[in-house]
Amino acid sequence: MHLGNVNMQGSTTRRTLTYSARLLGRLHLDGPLLIGIGAIAMLGLLILYSSSGQNMGVARGQGYRLIMGLVALLTLAQVAPKYLRMAAPWLYGLGIVLLLVVEIVGDFGKGAQRWLDLGVIRFQPSEIMKLALPMLCAWYLHDRGLPPKPMTMLALLAFIIVPVGLVMVQPDLGTGLLIAASGFLLLFLAGLRWRIMLPLLAVAIVGTWFVSDFSRCTSVFHDYQCRRVQTLIDPTTDPLGAGYHTIQGTIAIGSGGVYGKGWMNGSQAQLEFLPERSTDFIFAVIGEEFGLLGLALLLGLYLFVIGRGLFMALQCQDTFARLLAGTLSLTFFVYVFVNAGMVSGLLPVVGVPLPLVSYGGTSMVTLMASFGILMSLHSHRKLIGS
Amino acid sequence: MNTRFRIKDHWAEQRMFLRRTLTAGGLVLALLCLLLARLVQLQVVRYDYYAQLSQGNRVRIEPIPPSRGLILDRNGVVLAENIPAYQLELTAEQTPDAQAALEGLSALGLVTTEDIPQLLRTIGSRRSFESVPVSLRMSEEEIALFAVHRHDFPGVDIRTRLTRRYPLGATAVHALGYVGAISEQDMARIDRDVYAGTSLIGKLGLEAGYEGQLHGKPGYRQVLVNAQGRQIDREGALQAGLSSSPATPGNDLVLTLDIGVQRVAEEELAGKRGAAVALDPRDGSVIALVSMPGFDPNLFGRGLTVAEYDQLRNNIDRPLINRSLRGFYPPGSTIKPEIALAGLTYGVIDAHHQITCHGQWRMPGVRRPWTEGRGGVHGKVDLIEAIGRSCDVYFYGLADTLNVDRLSTFLAGFGFGQVTGIDMPGEKSGVLPSREWKRQHYSQPQDKVWFPGETVNFGIGQGYMTVTPLQLAHATSIVAARGKRFAPRLAAGIRDGQTGEMIGLPARPLPQVQAEPAQWRTVIQGMQAAMTGRGTAQAAAEGATYSIAGKTGTAQVISIEQGETYDEKTIAERKRDHSWFVAFAPVESPRIVVAVLVENGGFGASAAAPVARRILDAYLVGPQPADANSVQSDSGTGE
Repeated sequence: MHLGNVNMQGSTTRRTLTYSARLLGRLHLDGPLLIGIGAIAMLGLLILYSSSGQNMGVARGQGYRLIMGLVALLTLAQVAPKYLRMAAPWLYGLGIVLLLVVEIVGDFGKGAQRWLDLGVIRFQPSEIMKLALPMLCAWYLHDRGLPPKPMTMLALLAFIIVPVGLVMVQPDLGTGLLIAASGFLLLFLAGLRWRIMLPLLAVAIVGTWFVSDFSRCTSVFHDYQCRRVQTLIDPTTDPLGAGYHTIQGTIAIGSGGVYGKGWMNGSQAQLEFLPERSTDFIFAVIGEEFGLLGLALLLGLYLFVIGRGLFMALQCQDTFARLLAGTLSLTFFVYVFVNAGMVSGLLPVVGVPLPLVSYGGTSMVTLMASFGILMSLHSHRKLIGS
Repeated sequence: MNTRFRIKDHWAEQRMFLRRTLTAGGLVLALLCLLLARLVQLQVVRYDYYAQLSQGNRVRIEPIPPSRGLILDRNGVVLAENIPAYQLELTAEQTPDAQAALEGLSALGLVTTEDIPQLLRTIGSRRSFESVPVSLRMSEEEIALFAVHRHDFPGVDIRTRLTRRYPLGATAVHALGYVGAISEQDMARIDRDVYAGTSLIGKLGLEAGYEGQLHGKPGYRQVLVNAQGRQIDREGALQAGLSSSPATPGNDLVLTLDIGVQRVAEEELAGKRGAAVALDPRDGSVIALVSMPGFDPNLFGRGLTVAEYDQLRNNIDRPLINRSLRGFYPPGSTIKPEIALAGLTYGVIDAHHQITCHGQWRMPGVRRPWTEGRGGVHGKVDLIEAIGRSCDVYFYGLADTLNVDRLSTFLAGFGFGQVTGIDMPGEKSGVLPSREWKRQHYSQPQDKVWFPGETVNFGIGQGYMTVTPLQLAHATSIVAARGKRFAPRLAAGIRDGQTGEMIGLPARPLPQVQAEPAQWRTVIQGMQAAMTGRGTAQAAAEGATYSIAGKTGTAQVISIEQGETYDEKTIAERKRDHSWFVAFAPVESPRIVVAVLVENGGFGASAAAPVARRILDAYLVGPQPADANSVQSDSGTGE
């Protein structure tokens, strides 16, 4: 009687698991990835409720955005990679056109032209580019074999430079760099020779050196962009400006210690010393309230999601799927690193949200869409090679 | 063959992708470790440092307000200085409910209840971390009282601030102006960063006109504040990282004003309503600028209650109005020298042109004659006598011959109808009538036409024409300087607040008035005649050790107030004519020009001329032995 009962329970559990796995498979979803994303998002909601000053409205808004993202994920996961590949050049073209439109008639938001107002929704065309650029490059390389030949390389560089240039003149330095990074990561995965890659890296480093001097920098770029780079080098130069963010961010993280001050007990965040605590600087709130352990957990979750993404990319069977899946996973890491690096004072303040955690923005939907694509690429494998 | 190559490629490609993915994964791990290392550094290694910064103590950036520049007279007498005072300040960010706090303070008698709405508006217009003064000057008792109740008012604290003091009180208040608490309207036009930590701003007069020079630039310092936002001092490692940059003090303003002369003028006008302006005709320097009654500007620095301010504003004597710049009155006969010069330069008359005055003047076709303003019959008079004895009949005819167009064109050269350009805000331009002015000023077609009879009134400074005392002094200084013209100025120089280096401000010449030397001489002789023999102001020149040229004037009343009800007696007193007097001396090389106005003073020679004489004496001779007590010895003779 007793034993039978245990057996019954065991088989029920097993049956539930099998059923779930089959359901996920049929929906083209990836269980481990979903669990990782979900865990990060839940942690994000928890901390957002605290950082917004126990504002239920903010948490609810973020919840809606998450659901919208899930819908995008679910939808894109159903689309076969073949169609994604076919859509790539069109999506890229659309992105370029929208960027041009923004450049001409864009709505002015925060002193920079980024937003396109469609009446019903306002969105940043640069978000489309985050997906469209790697898709286009992967599509272009799909039939051409790896590693790319010099002419192919030149074409790819052109594909990257055009949207990056358009985003940077908006001016949106952060997003421009992120799009450029996704292009570069794809080239890296495509097997770009080290002897070409290293000079490119050198150019990037020299470029950074160039913008690091304020007067040198302002001769080419906008004042605010140069100031941001400048305050990384010496945060005390502008105690009330961008450097203030970094100072308060490091104080928040540092004062959290190993165990943190406890949920809703972070004085830096709760007493409003920390600016942008629900958006770009939410990483510091986690550090203050949940301590090193909280941040380690969060970084561990991110590592799990990235690792799972790269593992899925390795399992893909064609060039398009592999390159795209790998690029999307690595780009996700770049977001995490740039934000965390900025908040903890390793990198300049460039205004990149912490993926899946920061409040607001269209980036949540874009991110979920990219995970949808990742799942589609992975789940539509043919079990027998062609 | 083809297929085999493709398969081979495929495998090579997959191996390459695996290698690259693993490399990338390694890089991801390495960077995450770097991040983790940074977090360990922040949260473990330097935990104590950041915990201290964050927990009991927080770093705040606090502005250091600059000390406001001094204002000195030409002899170095301090007219405006800074003294430390205890202020009660409220920081919105640290006060849970500002209104409740203010009401609590008002219950203790530290804040006036009527001021609360205004204070709330000011608090709302400032940034939440900036402190706003709610009481500007606290007495010892008030400080003690607040100290007892301090714990009831988080975010409210006593601070020592520099506040403005005018050591001479009401002296020269209309020239100096005053400073007052920065209001909501002020916030809208100033650079908030430059005024961070400052609670006072120039409101009027030179304090407002030279605000940019006097204010200086604030500095910043990082301070430690505890959880209640109170600043705390802490020894040790925490203070090492605190940086500061000093404030740049404002520049001192050195005036052309001679406070000794100013005081004499104010004493002479004390108890009256009136104005006096003394200029140096050689460069436009203002020696004295008086408007009576005045008020004590220290009240504004201390913080006036609404009731006190209303009382000042509604006083029927209008102490807040600067009559020397903003009061406009008909000039009366004081502009006869300029009209005489117009006649000479247009060739309408010469110096020897004579008429016979029968006490009235008739215009063909007009039944009612124009009469001598003060009655009397002058008989045979030439131009010099006509000025000296102020013969209206002479000028009725002259104005009629000249016509309005030539008159107003010529008088415009003396600065009438325009602001003089004195280096102080708020100046009014008065009215210089012309056909064009009348067309624009009136709406009814029948009123837009200039009538010849109006030109006749114009000839003796009555009718539409109005001038400010400053304008009249300015115009007279042009006569004294034989055509040379300078914009009046109160600031002689700026003394750098840091280096003490003095930068002189140059005189500002304006277009000259062109006339022959002989014509100037004739007009000035006329003004000299007024001070001698049968002249209208002969009594005022008695016993003078220097030569004086002057001109009396009597202006029919146009009150500067509108629509108020006074009792009968007041009306009767306030309907008397205004008394004018202009003069310069010494005649040969004039060093001072004065214009004096006494409201409702009656005939110019009786009320205004003696005042002018005392001003001339004070400047040219020096303080009289009898007055030695009332005039500071260090203010000197004003040379």
